[in-house]
Amino acid sequence: MIAILDYGVGNLRSAQKGFERVGAEVHLTADRGLIAEAGGVVLPGVGHFGACMRELRAAKLDDLACSVIESGVPFLGICIGMQMLFEGSEEAPGVDGLGVLPGQALLLPDGLPRPQMQWNQLSIEREGSPLLAGIKNRSWMYFVHSYAVETEPDLVVATCEYGIDVTAMVEQDSLWATQFHPEKSGELGRTFAENFYSQVLGQ
Amino acid sequence: MKSVRVIPCLDVDQGRVVKGVNFVGLRDAGDPVELAARYDAEGADEVVFLDITASSDNRETITELARKVAEEVYIPFTIGGGVRSVDDARLLLRAGADKVSVNSAAVHRPGLVSDLAAAFGSQCVVVAIDAKSNEDMTWNVYINGGREDVGRDVVDWATEVADLGAGEILLTSMDGDGTRNGYDLELTRTVVEAVQVPVIASGGVGTLDHLVNGAIDGGADAVLAASIFHFGEHTVREAKEALLAAGVMVRPPVDEL
Repeated sequence: MIAILDYGVGNLRSAQKGFERVGAEVHLTADRGLIAEAGGVVLPGVGHFGACMRELRAAKLDDLACSVIESGVPFLGICIGMQMLFEGSEEAPGVDGLGVLPGQALLLPDGLPRPQMQWNQLSIEREGSPLLAGIKNRSWMYFVHSYAVETEPDLVVATCEYGIDVTAMVEQDSLWATQFHPEKSGELGRTFAENFYSQVLGQ
Repeated sequence: MKSVRVIPCLDVDQGRVVKGVNFVGLRDAGDPVELAARYDAEGADEVVFLDITASSDNRETITELARKVAEEVYIPFTIGGGVRSVDDARLLLRAGADKVSVNSAAVHRPGLVSDLAAAFGSQCVVVAIDAKSNEDMTWNVYINGGREDVGRDVVDWATEVADLGAGEILLTSMDGDGTRNGYDLELTRTVVEAVQVPVIASGGVGTLDHLVNGAIDGGADAVLAASIFHFGEHTVREAKEALLAAGVMVRPPVDEL
């Protein structure tokens, strides 16, 4: 079972559908018991970093997310859900992120439309991620964001080019996070969801 | 790298897809969910639904549409038409829509744009602007399907809504809409240069070249069209092939991904 953390933010229905389409049982939930039982946990997020962090804390899911990650249960952050795993964001100076991973979300550079709201090609920086099985280099995924994470190169699995090399996906053990939206990335998004679900079933 | 999105637009009345010529003489072009799934399968980058049903008791129908589309479609979709409040938007987003588009309601109350951005984030707030040209290479904002001149300059309004938190502008030339004579490229270019947020060109597509012109000459971030897709004249695949052949970066048709 996959638990999608429901802290009142975002289009959670899409995230749910994105995993149901590969046969997973998916709960949108803030229930600690249910989340503790889950074989995999997804932290979605859209909108403003500061608002997302505030709501996540208000729902008392911040510490829980950290302990799930520490326990090694497969965990996936999507979009702002990715950014929240880091130390903070330029979008909300002074607001701490979860700090599970080192780095900050920084505003995308001037010169191209902002937000980046488009499909873009993954440049796979590190081969062998189980979540990218069957997903080739230069595959197209859907992005919508104005800030992007700057972190240690070792964590970066894939980037996309948008004026700079945008961190598109990170991995650390059984923790993954994507700036793109797999649930909105058509057939390749399905492959990605299947790969995550395989990790969940492997537990 | 910037890639240009190809967006089929479905005008929906009472749950059915229609597309009129200058908003008059509507023709029925089918079931919105079926069409959207077909466009997804062909490689459309997003789909936009504009609900043109006049009656206000229509919220349930359009929310149900959002729910059904979310079951079948795994690319982003926007629903516009009749969104007047944060609550209206919440219903659609909860049902599975990725973005909502506001038009007249934002003109009447610009604060709606900032309210929506604060509630859901800019990424799901599209402001639709219907523009008609004046004689001096400026454009005015129109509402009510192009019938009412708001007396407001389009560039000025586009800049304001971007500042208020719109994540995207859906720019329709009312002069071009339904004519199949192509986008108003001057209008598109002028607004693209004035705002930082993405601009979707809309209104007037009759050929694949028009899409190419919108991307190259208009500088649009996305090109929207309706009737050329609905009636089987062209597929999304052909649109993408035309754009690629002209050197425009797009996500390729689906089976070449």
